[in-house]
Amino acid sequence: MTDASITSNWAQRRADPSWIVRLFDWKPFLVTICLLPAVGLLMTFLTYPLGLGIFLAFTDTTIGRKGIWVGLENFQYLFTDPIFWNAVFFSVFYTGIATVGKFGLGLWLALLLNNHLPFKSLLRAIILLPWIVPTVLSAIAFWWIYDPQFSIISYLLIESGLRTTNVDFINTAWPARWSLIAANIWRGIPFVAISLLAGLQTISPSLYEAAMLDGATPWQRFRYITFPMLLPILAIVMTFSIIFTFTDFQLVYAITRGGPVNSTHLLATLAFQRGIPGGQLGEGAAIAVSMIPFLVFATLFSYFALARRKWQQGESND
Amino acid sequence: MTDAAAAPPAETKGSASAVPETMAWDSRSRRMVVLWIPLACFVIILLFPFYWMTVTAFKPDAELYNFAEHNPFWISSPTLDHIYLLLFKTSYPKWLKTTMMVAFGATFLSLFASTLAAYAIQRLRFQGSQYVGLAIYLAYLVPPSILFIPLATMVVQLGLFDSPLALILVYPTFLIPFCTWLLIGYFKSIPYELEECALIDGATRLQILRRITLPLAVPGLISAGIFSFTLSWNEFIYALAFIQSSENKTVPVAILTELVTGDVYQWGALMAGSLLGSLPVAIFYSFFVDYYVSSLTGAVKE
Repeated sequence: MTDASITSNWAQRRADPSWIVRLFDWKPFLVTICLLPAVGLLMTFLTYPLGLGIFLAFTDTTIGRKGIWVGLENFQYLFTDPIFWNAVFFSVFYTGIATVGKFGLGLWLALLLNNHLPFKSLLRAIILLPWIVPTVLSAIAFWWIYDPQFSIISYLLIESGLRTTNVDFINTAWPARWSLIAANIWRGIPFVAISLLAGLQTISPSLYEAAMLDGATPWQRFRYITFPMLLPILAIVMTFSIIFTFTDFQLVYAITRGGPVNSTHLLATLAFQRGIPGGQLGEGAAIAVSMIPFLVFATLFSYFALARRKWQQGESND
Repeated sequence: MTDAAAAPPAETKGSASAVPETMAWDSRSRRMVVLWIPLACFVIILLFPFYWMTVTAFKPDAELYNFAEHNPFWISSPTLDHIYLLLFKTSYPKWLKTTMMVAFGATFLSLFASTLAAYAIQRLRFQGSQYVGLAIYLAYLVPPSILFIPLATMVVQLGLFDSPLALILVYPTFLIPFCTWLLIGYFKSIPYELEECALIDGATRLQILRRITLPLAVPGLISAGIFSFTLSWNEFIYALAFIQSSENKTVPVAILTELVTGDVYQWGALMAGSLLGSLPVAIFYSFFVDYYVSSLTGAVKE
């Protein structure tokens, strides 16, 4: 008798979950529900605009007027536009030089930080500062540092007797380009250094011990141990860095706005200038779309680098 | 690296006899040259713009534009004029409020979406979950610079132009991919057996997520949250393109567009604005610096 009541209790307990709870335990439904917010947001505000951007590039849309399909006209116009070619040139130049600078100095800083240092975490926190502060705001600080009259760098150079006149940082084309690249390198070093430091810390010390026993010089240890072990992480960080340097907007917009005489336009700032204040949405979109081949190239590079480093998967987070 | 490895043998020799003592000294001065001096240069160069920003923000105009009589590296008579101007003569408090709201809104939205997505991808293991993960990773590689023009037209069509809500909805596009990848990594580190135990005890999947997985993933959630917060605080191009009226601007955009007026730049006020705009995120960051570093490096390693 008691036995039967227990079993009936059991049956009731089992039947307890309502249909809604059971629905949430049904795997296909649960997976859909879980993925819906993320995938929905990304589809609406990332994938769709990407397609829309490519579509807009082939129309003559302006602000407030729906455009008509004009085929390759935007691109034909851009290809005869010296300002566009200048922007392409400067984007590539800017990315190339800044990447070399960031990775050279960032790797050096990472190697320095990988020593036994007092206050290591404090040091790491300080070094990341340029990276977490809003780029535009540090760019304004650079703008002030590059001021033609009151530049602190000019002051230092004149005081120390190296120069007699103020340095012209951003009022002619080439100095402006180099000044922007310097600001970009300044901003990029912390990210590269901290990421590479994480990579350095995963390299087992026993490898260095073995190399020391074999009589390897410091350079050989770097060349045959540190560098190859760092290569996978270097490839990823570099891909990100290249993509975000190539499509950079904030630094240039804040410091020079593409001037003097359009000489420091990147593709992104040119697209903005033509598209939003200029109102030529179609043309702006065409400029933005012309960045895509480059990004695809960088992404493929990243993918193959990722595929090669499967062995590192499962490593716990730092 | 190289030097740290080389130092111990030299020191053991130094204790053995008198001649190698010079070697120990030599290695110390060598360490000075190859380690401390470059490191000091790096730190000085990386921090100098912030020092310069701070000094300028508290300098009276008379000192600011007169390097001949005043040492530019120091302030003889500090002033709060620029800060006062910024706080009471501009809508800076309003910009700050908008930025806070946008940053918190976008962070919350992306944490919610990416926690669920990461759980689905890492723990529910459906067919093709790897490809969904890869697609979300690829979304991270689409930079805002190629999206802002079509997004601007979309925002206008949705009637969200000039509204902070547009920013809250758009920022997750660059936050979700990052957070999802970070959280996938964290969920991976939580033993699956814990969930199996709960399943045997009759917990539903959502109960498991809420009662077991999420509490264990709190460090990951904090990292992702900090990261999202600073990224949305720093975002510029969308805020510049979608917001027009002065009171709805975010701090970075407002300082560049509202304080730069005419040909004479108010450097004191500009630097005060940059300083105050950087401070909240810097303070926020300093509380959680370890989480931040681990999220940065964790995401790169994943």
